[in-house]
Amino acid sequence: MTRLEPGSRAASRGFSDLTIRNLFIIPTIAFLIIFNVFPLLYSLWTSFTDFRASTTAPANWVGLANYRELLNDPFIWRNFTITAKYVLISVTGQVVVGFGLAMLLNRQIPFKGLITTLLLLPMMLSMAVVGLFWKLLYDPSFGIINYFLGLGKFEWLADPQVALYAVALVDIWMWSPFVMLLSLAGLSAVPKHLYEAAEIDRAGPFYTFFRITLPLVAPILMIAIIFRTMEAFKTFDHAYILSSQPTTELIAIRLYKMAFLEWQTGLSSAFAYIVLIMVVAITNIYVKYLNKAKAR
Amino acid sequence: MAEVKTRGEVVLNRVAIVAVVVALIVMLTPIYWIASTAFKPRSLATTVPPTVMFEPTLTPFAKLFTKRSQLRQPVEEDVYEAAPWWEKLIYDDGEQVVKNRKTGAITSSGYWDRYKNSLIVSIISTFLAVSMGTLTAYGFSRFKVKGEQDWLFFILSTRMLPPVVVAIPMFLMYRTVGLHDTHLGLIILYTAFNLSFAVWIMKGFVDEIPREYEEAALVDGYTRLQAFWKIVLPEALTGIAATAVFCFIIAWNEYAFALMMTSRNAQTAPPYIPSQVGSGLPDWSVIAAGAFLFLLPVAIFTFLLRNHLLRGMSFGAIRK
Repeated sequence: MTRLEPGSRAASRGFSDLTIRNLFIIPTIAFLIIFNVFPLLYSLWTSFTDFRASTTAPANWVGLANYRELLNDPFIWRNFTITAKYVLISVTGQVVVGFGLAMLLNRQIPFKGLITTLLLLPMMLSMAVVGLFWKLLYDPSFGIINYFLGLGKFEWLADPQVALYAVALVDIWMWSPFVMLLSLAGLSAVPKHLYEAAEIDRAGPFYTFFRITLPLVAPILMIAIIFRTMEAFKTFDHAYILSSQPTTELIAIRLYKMAFLEWQTGLSSAFAYIVLIMVVAITNIYVKYLNKAKAR
Repeated sequence: MAEVKTRGEVVLNRVAIVAVVVALIVMLTPIYWIASTAFKPRSLATTVPPTVMFEPTLTPFAKLFTKRSQLRQPVEEDVYEAAPWWEKLIYDDGEQVVKNRKTGAITSSGYWDRYKNSLIVSIISTFLAVSMGTLTAYGFSRFKVKGEQDWLFFILSTRMLPPVVVAIPMFLMYRTVGLHDTHLGLIILYTAFNLSFAVWIMKGFVDEIPREYEEAALVDGYTRLQAFWKIVLPEALTGIAATAVFCFIIAWNEYAFALMMTSRNAQTAPPYIPSQVGSGLPDWSVIAAGAFLFLLPVAIFTFLLRNHLLRGMSFGAIRK
């Protein structure tokens, strides 16, 4: 693909290409810098202070004290452990369910288009509002889940040992369709002649799956996994609405409480920065895979 | 897709169909339950065993939009007869609409205000994000930009931040300049949020438009702006529409920023609806009615978008 050099041929009429390029790109970059980068620089400063947004007291420079406090706080580490566990459960669940559904839909199914769209519905709807209704579904006395599974008065959200799984289950329900969508794209790109060759060679279904299907879908599946890992790491909406158990206190929830309920602005800014660095690291990996997929 | 040939294959395919149907029922039950609860009278919303067959009623919707109080004594017959149909439904349920003592005007519940806020914020932020995003996407697609990959990564990375991380400094800044709990405040946040998304998706769409079209127009004496306006934009229209619907859905569903950056005036529906559950015995049929009206537009949009979902959900990286 050739690109026009800015300021080339068409430049004599109307705006030059260089002007148009700048006119089209700079406002967006400026907007994002003002409303994303600048606030982050501001909170970098507050992260070194003892500022509390609930008082009028001026902020005092405390150096690295906030970071030191956070990294030595066993409760914060518990939030990280809970989040790691949550990410592991929900992403594994989504891959198993989503990839399974994609394998099923990759056969000759009547009304496949309609069924696929219906299956995608959960991920399009508001996590907060739909998540809220899982409270009704999980209710120990009148919830339909206990009724249809015959679990009696099983406590999904009130039992601290179960609540995290219950929240993760909602995430699996909501986002398996995402993994399914990407896997379907990967599956449909597998060349048919590979299966025909495998059939001629009398390869078993397991051999075909592990030697043909999985390796060829792997790159696209990897994108789905990294993206979901990143999103699960940030989970807030339905987790905050569904459960107030300490055992389900994910990083985003702890951060929200620290900043907006306890008003520890300085400390929470430092915490936000620790989270930020982790997210940027995962994003880097994600973009690397995205570009790889694009290049194919 | 393997072609069905042998008997074993036929059986296997039938099993797959049954499994898909079961999965479909399981996946859609929660959504069906919200929709059906919205049309149940309160007494049937939380029964044991769950009520599956019932006569649908609009009572939850009548209650959703009004402020009500418990009826102390049965309502007088002539008052009941004179009441409009929706007020009768509320009387039937043993409640009465709270009215202004002097003017007799009904008191609204605050749901419609939140819904309206959601509409205002989502529509305006979508418009801004898509227009800026389309221009920027064209810029990156057609011109040489130094460090293009780095800029695109920067644009994407702003979207990957957890809302809480951005919300802490934004809250402080908004409080200083008086943007807290305003429509404009939320619109700015959602525009920033959707802008990066729009750039990435639109770049994919613009990349697909053959350059020869514009180059031919330039040779014919169009300026570059004219070529963009008359050739590229019409070609990109489907992409722009799909991107706009995506941005709308993202803004419409957004919860965390709305929770932290608004309290009343500009509060949107996502933080409002869960706040209605509170403690005690929530009226699930009314909450479901509110959720139903809130989820309906997105459900419709999902069907309109069905051919673009893959591209949208993968930031334009994967196309069919």
